[in-house]
Amino acid sequence: MNASRHFERWAPVLLAIALVLLWQVGVTAFQVPDFIFPSPLQIAQQFNEFKGPLLAAAWATFWVTMVGFGLAIAVGVMLGFLIGSSRVAYAAVYPLMVGFNAVPKAAIVPILVVWFGIGIGPGILTAFLISFFPIMVNIATGLATLEPELEDVLRVLGARRWDVLVKVGLPRAMPYFYGSLKIAITLAFVGTVLAEMTAGDSGIGNLIQTAGSQQRMPLAFAGLVAISVMAMAMYELFSWIERHTTGWAHRGSQGH
Amino acid sequence: MTAGAQTAFIDFQDVWLAYNDELFAAGQFAVEAIDLQVQPGEFIAIVGPSGCGKSTFMKLATGLRGPSRGRIRIDGQPVTGPLKISGMAFQAPSLLPWRTTVDNVLLPLEIVEPYRSNFKRKRKEYEERARKLLQKVGLAGYEDKFPWQLSGGMQQRASICRALIHEPKMLLLDEPFGALDAFTREELWCILRDLWTEQRFNVILVTHDLRESVFLADTVYVMSKSPGRFVVKKQIELPRPRELEITYTREFTDIVLELRGHIGAIRKTSPVVEATP
Ligand SMILES: Nc1ncnc2c1ncn2[C@@H]1O[C@H](COP(=O)(O)OP(=O)(O)O)[C@@H](O)[C@H]1O
Ligand SMILES: [Mg+2]
Repeated sequence: MNASRHFERWAPVLLAIALVLLWQVGVTAFQVPDFIFPSPLQIAQQFNEFKGPLLAAAWATFWVTMVGFGLAIAVGVMLGFLIGSSRVAYAAVYPLMVGFNAVPKAAIVPILVVWFGIGIGPGILTAFLISFFPIMVNIATGLATLEPELEDVLRVLGARRWDVLVKVGLPRAMPYFYGSLKIAITLAFVGTVLAEMTAGDSGIGNLIQTAGSQQRMPLAFAGLVAISVMAMAMYELFSWIERHTTGWAHRGSQGH
Repeated sequence: MTAGAQTAFIDFQDVWLAYNDELFAAGQFAVEAIDLQVQPGEFIAIVGPSGCGKSTFMKLATGLRGPSRGRIRIDGQPVTGPLKISGMAFQAPSLLPWRTTVDNVLLPLEIVEPYRSNFKRKRKEYEERARKLLQKVGLAGYEDKFPWQLSGGMQQRASICRALIHEPKMLLLDEPFGALDAFTREELWCILRDLWTEQRFNVILVTHDLRESVFLADTVYVMSKSPGRFVVKKQIELPRPRELEITYTREFTDIVLELRGHIGAIRKTSPVVEATP
């Protein structure tokens, strides 16, 4: 029982190690040239060699992402609150937002470049545009799900809309909100890198783009690893926050 | 109207309700021609088949819905909007999972006046009151637990406390014990009986369980299938205080059987039978 729990906990780490080993062995055994598919060892060497530029690029990507993500939280929460608390707003705004969300963000980047030029502007905006939608939808969903009985209990006491929103809607929306943050943050990284690759002059996206065009695959892969590590770390951070703030939502039997 | 109409606490006079204008135009009413007078402190029960309009009646009695026709007066006043003198509990306890039991019970005091304005200042006092009430229904020791740490019966007790914390004059229970097992249900009958005996608020209890209605109520009303009408009014003359043992007496089962008969008769009053003179 205990042993199997231990195993379950470490299983992802073990799997990752096994995959990396398999990768290394495969690349070595079949003598795959590093400009096609570099081995983990080569990637690690690149990391060591280009520590400075890689860290600088990672930092640039990180803060651009965080600014875009911050904007996404602010706008997502506001819009979500609006459409979750008013049926008219829901009817008016939601279909528009769905349509907007369906636009491929890669197609927007060139337009953003025209408006804001090469640099961090398109990065921040792409990160924002790609990540605010799940936040908005989740806040709205959390607010809008109220059992009719509870509504009666409160309404008969003279509760105003605002009371119901603050006492019931918002706390209920919190788990949805935190749940959406961990999805949104990974999307925001995607957005930043996307913009950096087409219109950036800094950041991991730009580094990958440059390394790729120079056939320096090991460096490009090192960039990929860096971005994955950042996105994963942020995902873990937000799922930790989620678990530690809204524990009530994760206890088995409470149902509603 | 009836002799008691002047002093009645709840007074329905020929009340009809259609849920919207289309239904009204089509003459499809959820409840029809409801005439009813309830004395102050009286405990009434409403029984009837699903969908006959029991919950609709509750909405009318609390002012959550206005009638399409007819007059409703409660506590001497015409009903114009939600009535704060009422407390409600339903089959689903619908406690808020992020609040402890005592905080759940306090919720109404955060909303209804005059408690609302005093809430911050008098929180201690109110909390004391909530704890006393919880102890009274047998939840001592569970006040600071979360709803998901409580059994279904315990959650329902807390839900009834929430309905009573602002000392309403009228308690409305819509199938409150429907989801509980037979033993827990009978336990809660006694708790409700004791609370009512002590505080003498008016109770309107909607239930499917005839034994429950006869054990608890002063008067049982039987509703017909939709459109809902009150078709039988049965005064329960059993002496009080009533103990659970009474439910095994001949007198008790006779009343239950009589009501059962009425409901059976309603069932048969489908169009087929109505056609025969
Ligand atoms: N909000 C509503 N809008 C329209 N019709 C409703 C609504 N609520 C209930 N009804 C209808 O009114 C009738 C009575 O419903 P209800 O009072 O909930 O019955 P009960 O509580 O006795 O099961 C049913 O035919 C139901 O379909
Ligand atoms: Mg009902």
